[in-house]
Amino acid sequence: MTDVRVAGVGLTRFGSHPDRTGRDLFATAALRAFEDAGVPREDVEELNYGNFMGALAEHQGHQAPLMAEAAGVNCPATRYEEACASAGVAVREAVRTVRAGEADVALAGGMERMTNLPTDEVTEGLAIAADDLFEVRAGVTFPGAYALMATAYFDAYGGSREDLAHVAAKNHANAVPNEYAQYREEVSVEEALEAPPVAEPLHLYDACPITDGASALVIVSEEYAAENDVDAPVAVTGTGQGTDRMALADRDHLARTPAADDAADAAYADAGIGPDEVDVAEVHDCFTIAEVLALESLGLFEPGEGIGAAHDGITTADGDLPVNLSGGLKAKGHPVGATGGSQIAELTRLLRGDHPNSEHVADAEVGVAHNAGGTVASAVVHVLEVAE
Amino acid sequence: MSDDAPAPADNAGYDEWLDALADGEGYALVCPDGHGSLPPRRVCPECGAAALAEEPLAETGSVETHSVVHVAGPRFADDTPYANAIVDFGPVRLTGVLRGVEPGTDAVAIGDRVAVGVEERDTDGEPLVAFRPTDGK
Ligand SMILES: [Zn+2]
Repeated sequence: MTDVRVAGVGLTRFGSHPDRTGRDLFATAALRAFEDAGVPREDVEELNYGNFMGALAEHQGHQAPLMAEAAGVNCPATRYEEACASAGVAVREAVRTVRAGEADVALAGGMERMTNLPTDEVTEGLAIAADDLFEVRAGVTFPGAYALMATAYFDAYGGSREDLAHVAAKNHANAVPNEYAQYREEVSVEEALEAPPVAEPLHLYDACPITDGASALVIVSEEYAAENDVDAPVAVTGTGQGTDRMALADRDHLARTPAADDAADAAYADAGIGPDEVDVAEVHDCFTIAEVLALESLGLFEPGEGIGAAHDGITTADGDLPVNLSGGLKAKGHPVGATGGSQIAELTRLLRGDHPNSEHVADAEVGVAHNAGGTVASAVVHVLEVAE
Repeated sequence: MSDDAPAPADNAGYDEWLDALADGEGYALVCPDGHGSLPPRRVCPECGAAALAEEPLAETGSVETHSVVHVAGPRFADDTPYANAIVDFGPVRLTGVLRGVEPGTDAVAIGDRVAVGVEERDTDGEPLVAFRPTDGK
């Protein structure tokens, strides 16, 4: 089994790009990833591409060959769809393919175009990540599902809207220096608390925005990097994936995310590390409560303890364990099918030292990325380590 | 959605279940090991057992969590704000809209007893799993 390196990362700015096609967004991210990697595109042997709602947003199915063209690669190309974890599973497949010796170079990432649809159609589109018969027809929206989890969490463990507002304020503050982030303005705890409700107990600043964007990573084998003089100091040392019952009502626990527990356990075992060795994390905070659930599934906090992490300053930029230094989905934005790739792009730059927030994790050796689909019926976790 | 959107597909299993619920004869599918699930099922999603029996739902269930939706998709546009709840009926939990209360975070409490039935969406009259508070809290 060969070791896997991240040779290059590329992102579009996350935000509203109503006049740009999905193929142009992914082409931009891929171009930047190739420039960052210094790897010729003809060496790419596989494209693993994530996208969730392209059939609704752009009337475009069969996107993988289109994106291979856009990126200028000619190789087997496959689209992965796992709702908001689509790019996470795409990256995982690239890692497994390179590890298995099936390819020395893979291009992985994803794209989502959302802002060209009216908000109610995006709401409807995102809801299809839930069970259509037993949830969507019962009025469950994407924010509504996380609101159900937040109520259950408060009941089981305590915590308040104010604790969640600290998660929002932290992630917005982290996004300010990030040139790829959708929202680069600070939001105070008070502003978050006073914002209008979306699905109570969640209000506007508890929710990620609607975002267009793309992510791309050039994933290579350690041998390829050595033979071709490719500077790739960050290794993907662990990958894990978990699955749970589709509908929230069918889960064992409404205030926990066992699929992410399983993904984290597998990723840590794969990397041969434990959660106590993690220095920095990018987690799937599509809603503020989701960051709390992620921290607990990753074993960084005990169940019921994650709610105070931002409030107590542990996960802030200058805390002991910075979380979502990119701004997270919350402020950086959440182009659904691109998010999992962008988390690994951000984490790679944080560990390499060329991220605008790298100063907060100057000595970091180990990072973890947590990407979740729907209400965490799917979860993917990756461990990244500084190898050189 | 546009006015000329295609009619929703039939969903054998689900449609019969919803009709039964509307007639006060709601049921869960239960395997020999006691795992509950909702139709359509060929096997138990927990253990794979193929022998699934229909067990009547209890008269009332217990609220496990709830929310108040203010921003909804087009199919619920005229229903907002509405309260959603997940309610425990023993072998299964059901997800539905809470009716007969003013939608608010204090409209219902976790542990409250509610009855289940089928009511209409305000937006388009389509059927909806709905809960209503019962006196026996
Ligand atoms: Zn069973």
